[in-house]
Amino acid sequence: MNTHALSDTADIARLQQRGLIIGAGGLVVGAIGALLQPDQLLPSWLIGFTFCLGLSMGCLTLLMMQHMSGGQWGLVGRRVFEAGSRLLPYCVVLFLPIALFLPKLYLWARPEAVRADEILQHKEPYLNVWFFLIRAVVYFVIWLFCAMNLNRWSAAQDRGEVGVTEADTRRFRVISAPGLLAYVITMSLAAVDWLMSLDPHWYSTIFGFIIVAGQALCALSFAVAVLAILAESTPMSAVLRAGHFHDLGKLMLAFVMLWAYFSFSQFLIIWAGNLPEEIPFYLVRLRNGWQYVSLLIVVGHFFLPFFLLLSRDLKRRPRLLARVAWFIVAVRLVDLIWLIAPEFSHEGSFPISLANVAIPVGLAGVWLFLFAGQLRRHALVPVNDPYFKEMLAHGQHAGH
Amino acid sequence: MSTAPIYGLMAEFDTPAALVAAAKRVYAAGYRKIDTFSPFPVEEAWEAIGHRDRRMSFIVLMGGLVGGLGGYGLEYWVHTMAYPINVAGKPLNSWPQFIPVTFEMTILIAALSAVIGMIVLNGLPMPYHPVFNVPRFEHASRDKFFLLIESNDPKFDRQRTLEFLKGLDASEINEVAP
Repeated sequence: MNTHALSDTADIARLQQRGLIIGAGGLVVGAIGALLQPDQLLPSWLIGFTFCLGLSMGCLTLLMMQHMSGGQWGLVGRRVFEAGSRLLPYCVVLFLPIALFLPKLYLWARPEAVRADEILQHKEPYLNVWFFLIRAVVYFVIWLFCAMNLNRWSAAQDRGEVGVTEADTRRFRVISAPGLLAYVITMSLAAVDWLMSLDPHWYSTIFGFIIVAGQALCALSFAVAVLAILAESTPMSAVLRAGHFHDLGKLMLAFVMLWAYFSFSQFLIIWAGNLPEEIPFYLVRLRNGWQYVSLLIVVGHFFLPFFLLLSRDLKRRPRLLARVAWFIVAVRLVDLIWLIAPEFSHEGSFPISLANVAIPVGLAGVWLFLFAGQLRRHALVPVNDPYFKEMLAHGQHAGH
Repeated sequence: MSTAPIYGLMAEFDTPAALVAAAKRVYAAGYRKIDTFSPFPVEEAWEAIGHRDRRMSFIVLMGGLVGGLGGYGLEYWVHTMAYPINVAGKPLNSWPQFIPVTFEMTILIAALSAVIGMIVLNGLPMPYHPVFNVPRFEHASRDKFFLLIESNDPKFDRQRTLEFLKGLDASEINEVAP
């Protein structure tokens, strides 16, 4: 099959165009917001970085997960996951300003603050600038190694060079199995480094898992939304079935519940313990207008998607499911704003500044633009994958 | 061919795709007393024969609601009425503490409703069913796919239905003794 004819559809071009518009618009508005409140520029950039990283890393995780688990949902979503994981270098670029201006974001990176705080002095062996940067390099190297190899082999598979027999697809699993384990460990540590240490006195042992579950949910929802667009035209309209969206919808429901389970566990433990070094995280987020954002997250990140995704009919209708998916992607951004912005909000002022929303939306728009570009570079289905051939041969009715 | 009454006619297929295609045509031909059998769930077949039975969903939902409300009610009763003990100065009705039990009870009762509901709606235990009179039917739990048209279907006609099934790419067609 001619791979190029398979992938160049008008829908992807439109997606790319929208990414460009959202990206440019968001960054222009974000620049205005940053001019009004210059101290909100870096926090907003951190929100945007975390959101884009969540999309890319979520895609990488789902890619490794579907290599391990098999299943048709993974075969139809693979090229979306791969394209998302190829944007990790973009996330590295987004990380550079954070690495350059650490003292502006993190209290523990300011020598005078550490001198005045005994607890920070005790934490200094771990929370110091050089070790922080070394850890960041290690995380990115591990993630890029997994993403590059899986993508390289996948491209070679399209050319018929590797992985065309079932035995040879083992190479994908050899990377994916340790990759998944490494992802959970490194992402937990990265969440502690980049987000939890914004308040260096606060700690929560489940924090990393909340971020991990959020990334998987965000990337899966994004993939479902993209697949719903691709399902409108050839070649994917010939491949995608209601059953695929049903399976993906069930997985979305599972991740919604997983995220809620971790988030509520953190809240319950801190609420029950009622310790002075733990509760400030929630006290800050229940005052000054943040309580409405908290309520929005409880309703929008759990109850609404949970009850909607219970419906079998909704999961089998791509357009409806895609609306829920876009909504979840949006509410993931709200959750990250809620997580990061309160650490930088001024007492008494309206908690969310213009830049807090516009800059992340702009950076995500650029991510979307680049994503669409990556999606066009390869066939939309892994045509040479032996399992994909098997799926087509079985007339797709097997379902499992 | 004998003239003794039969339970129905059973067609055998090699692939799930063939089963679904046949099921669609049987349904389109007007047959309603039909059923399909496969080694693993084939949702398209279930839809093709026009099943719109939502009783299980309702039973499981009700089970979940009863479990959730029951779990919360149990905690509420224990902590505010039966043993109103002040723990760490927290209110007696400390709802965050009650969520784990509420959640677990929701899952437990919903799951039990699913199992019991499935057994009851399937009419189990059922010591005898005519489909097992077809010797090859044991392949339904291994590698073959079966479609059954019951003889009490209004459109059922022993000869014409047999002819109709023969046109559906079935690898084998058997009469099912009652």
